Amino acid sequence: MDFPFLFQTMKTLLAALPVTLGLFSLSVLFGGFLAILIVWMRVGGNPILSRFARGYIFVFRGSPLLIQMFLVFYGLGQFGFIRHSFVWPALREPFVCAVLSLALCTAGYTAEIFRFGLRAVPPREIEAARAIGMSGFLLVRRIIAPIAFRHALPAYSTEIVMMVKSTALASLVTVWEVTGVAQRLISQTYRTMEVFLCAAIIYLVLNFLILQAMALLEHYLSPHRRAAAPLVPGGLPVSR
Amino acid sequence: MWLVETLGFGQTGWGGLLLMGALMTLCVTLAALLLGAVLGAIVAAAKLSQSRAIRTAGGVYTTIFRGVPELLIIYLVYFGGSSAVTAIGAYFGFEGFLGMPSFIAGALAVGLICGAYQAEVYRGAFLAIPKGELEAAEAIGMHRFLRFRRIIMPQVLRFAIPGIGNVWQLSLKDSALVSVTGLADLMRTSQVAAGSTRQYFLFFIAGGCLYLVLTSMSDRLFARAERRASRSMPAGIGQI
Repeated sequence: MDFPFLFQTMKTLLAALPVTLGLFSLSVLFGGFLAILIVWMRVGGNPILSRFARGYIFVFRGSPLLIQMFLVFYGLGQFGFIRHSFVWPALREPFVCAVLSLALCTAGYTAEIFRFGLRAVPPREIEAARAIGMSGFLLVRRIIAPIAFRHALPAYSTEIVMMVKSTALASLVTVWEVTGVAQRLISQTYRTMEVFLCAAIIYLVLNFLILQAMALLEHYLSPHRRAAAPLVPGGLPVSR
Repeated sequence: MWLVETLGFGQTGWGGLLLMGALMTLCVTLAALLLGAVLGAIVAAAKLSQSRAIRTAGGVYTTIFRGVPELLIIYLVYFGGSSAVTAIGAYFGFEGFLGMPSFIAGALAVGLICGAYQAEVYRGAFLAIPKGELEAAEAIGMHRFLRFRRIIMPQVLRFAIPGIGNVWQLSLKDSALVSVTGLADLMRTSQVAAGSTRQYFLFFIAGGCLYLVLTSMSDRLFARAERRASRSMPAGIGQI
């Protein structure tokens, strides 16, 4: 094995890691906010908003991310009113387009995950909260959101790992992140296996760290399960 | 009128080519799903094996192919495969670079990824078979193969249908990435049409709609298959 080459490749690829991380964190952040908005529309009770949210989820989950990204990157610039508007300096940047399409796409998937999380909130807890006079935002913040988020976490961490992988598509709209740099190295050196190995290690380590962090978050968010376990030695935990 | 002409089936219309592209997408995904079924069954068996080494090998396979970006795997198969083909060509006396056929490269790459996901599906389905049935089969003296054919296989397939449906949707969208190797699938055809008419927005929307047709149609097909397969099962949780 050619260690100097592997070392050099790793160094080149790691130089592109900040771009991947930037794409990932920005799109997860904006996608998360958008997903909350869409879930709110979906379950809010207004039939028109609910239908819109349904359509949004259907479109963004049913079509490939690549076509969405190309639509944003190539398609939007076609219209004069967008080219002459104040958002054009931002939309001209490939990085912004990539983040925009990644966020739009993940919002569709995340909205469904959050909705299933909401279903896990027991109605009696909401009733209890209402009985002591909580309503509106306070009810969501204190009771509904924490329970729903905790239940959604396992599926949400899978979605987040999918997002790490999806950032690779940004290379096709000329953002030089890890996969794009790897592809350039492969076509320069023809040493596919070595370059693949280095890039794969970067992604696998990244995924591992993210999954660990999510597991830690889940542990931190479920103190009730930790407390319940030792109370019943040798038996199944008593259901509340 | 202009719209009908551009998207229609006439001399200057792209409708026929887009439909051919959709057919190609279906073919690649189907080939990948079949390859993935074989790989998935082998890897699932490996992950359920008694031997620790074989279990680890299965785990490594699923970790790599589920954790590394699909695009990177397509590059690995396409460029790696092409250099292998070139080497074989050189052995038989062909000079110069020989490309790997992009259909084979695409089906292989998506099949490898799809196999990793299917392995998890089959493993879960196998674990859902009641242990008593396997013991009963052994008790009345069924041999391994007979037991596999009569007891394991029919139930694994039935339990696996929803999972395979998910994997199919995933692969259908992953197959859009095969367009980077130049295969004239739906993604690539929309791209070419968009580039040569300069109607990016129109053609990416049209391509996206065709993908939506493919995904929603296959969704229905799998729901129907699930209903049919669970005809004889008593209605339980999750079945309506």
